Amino acid sequence: MPEHLTRRGDGRLITMTGKQIKDDLELGSKDAAERAKIPELTGEDLETLYEIIIDANKVVAVKHGCEVVLSADAGGSTFWIDSGTSGLGMPIERSIAQGALSERVLGLDILQFPESDGSFKPAKVIVSYLANVIHNTLHTSISPLEFMAMPNLGYFYKPDGQWPEPISLIREGKNDEARKSMEGAARECHDAIIYVAKHLRRVGVDGINIDTVGAAGDPDFYAALTATESLKKVYPDLAVQMGMATEAVHGFHTELKYAGERLAGMWPHQQLKVAEKAGVDIFGPVINTKPHLTFPWNLSRAVTFTKACVREATIPVHPNMGMGVGGVPMLETPPLDTVTRANKAMIEIAGVDGI
Amino acid sequence: MPIGHLVAGGIGSIRTSGDLIGRMQLQKKMRLPEAKDYVAKKLGVSSIELCDEFTMRKLREKLDIGVITGLPGAAKGLEAKVRIAELLGIKINCVERLEKLSKV
Repeated sequence: MPEHLTRRGDGRLITMTGKQIKDDLELGSKDAAERAKIPELTGEDLETLYEIIIDANKVVAVKHGCEVVLSADAGGSTFWIDSGTSGLGMPIERSIAQGALSERVLGLDILQFPESDGSFKPAKVIVSYLANVIHNTLHTSISPLEFMAMPNLGYFYKPDGQWPEPISLIREGKNDEARKSMEGAARECHDAIIYVAKHLRRVGVDGINIDTVGAAGDPDFYAALTATESLKKVYPDLAVQMGMATEAVHGFHTELKYAGERLAGMWPHQQLKVAEKAGVDIFGPVINTKPHLTFPWNLSRAVTFTKACVREATIPVHPNMGMGVGGVPMLETPPLDTVTRANKAMIEIAGVDGI
Repeated sequence: MPIGHLVAGGIGSIRTSGDLIGRMQLQKKMRLPEAKDYVAKKLGVSSIELCDEFTMRKLREKLDIGVITGLPGAAKGLEAKVRIAELLGIKINCVERLEKLSKV
């Protein structure tokens, strides 16, 4: 049986037979379906996915008319940030990187202006600087522009913040104290998001992208949802995009609810529904790549989760598809053959509105 | 990596009509087919032409809503967004700010 060149989830080149690929596609989809209690990919979906994987061309693309909106995570910060986030470390002025270069070179349809550290708490401190640079970017760019940062609840706990570190409290059996700490941190994070958004709204930013949501578990997600709800009440003209951190919301607090729904343990299609209720305009599910398993297994799994999310959506869905998410290998320089295959599969099988 | 996504399945931002479709998604929560349909009707083109450089390069210049190349005299940045807000029938925050500030 002929062998096909493909990759592992860490990006390493491997060869697989057609049967091995088909088996992994089925297993990947089954894994997602069993975990989230969602439908597996259909036989037709799996066949399409197989054809995408074994395509002899290094780079593949969607059919004419199937193109989607790109709001790619952090956008032009690729030019100037460090290698820890796959950046190039180039000496380049930020308004040019996030504006003109993003829309004219990278082809991004929705521009993202990230805080250097990536979190709302430090953004508060430099909000005047951010407002100035975003103001300049808005004057020179044409595409819609969002400010982007993470709730990153970890910054609100000691030693960086004022709230007791909850995991240590849980280890000591002090669950009530841990929950109070998480609730306090979530309130403070909510306020930080509102503070930053208020200042950037004044210079005319189009939206706020609350990204990597849930990285610190269910209180992190709770902070993002409540901040979205508050923003929509005060600034209905300010768009909110929400990108997640993981496929399942980790239960650190475990009792937090939003709109009557328990947040801990939510899967992408469930995260989407509470995000919609909060007023989110574009939702970005995240499906984590398992580096030790194959690219076909990971992509099939990611497409299964995302398809279920898209099917239930009333708002645009832009899955995160950077390194290590959305079926893309966990590698600082994701191979183009995998990026383009994952892109085509998400668009033509999962039916996403953007990436 | 963004270039990989652009090549495989991106609309192309101001190279074609991606900024306009993206704006309808972000500001009006429009799903992709609805956003493409809305923009196509406003521009008077087909959904295939929305992503076609040949059609959109000429049309963007004619409508003066910003072109990707350095065309002398063409609307840039905020100037283009003033015209886009009118074309799409939407409010754009920085354009609203400009109009408020320009009423001396």
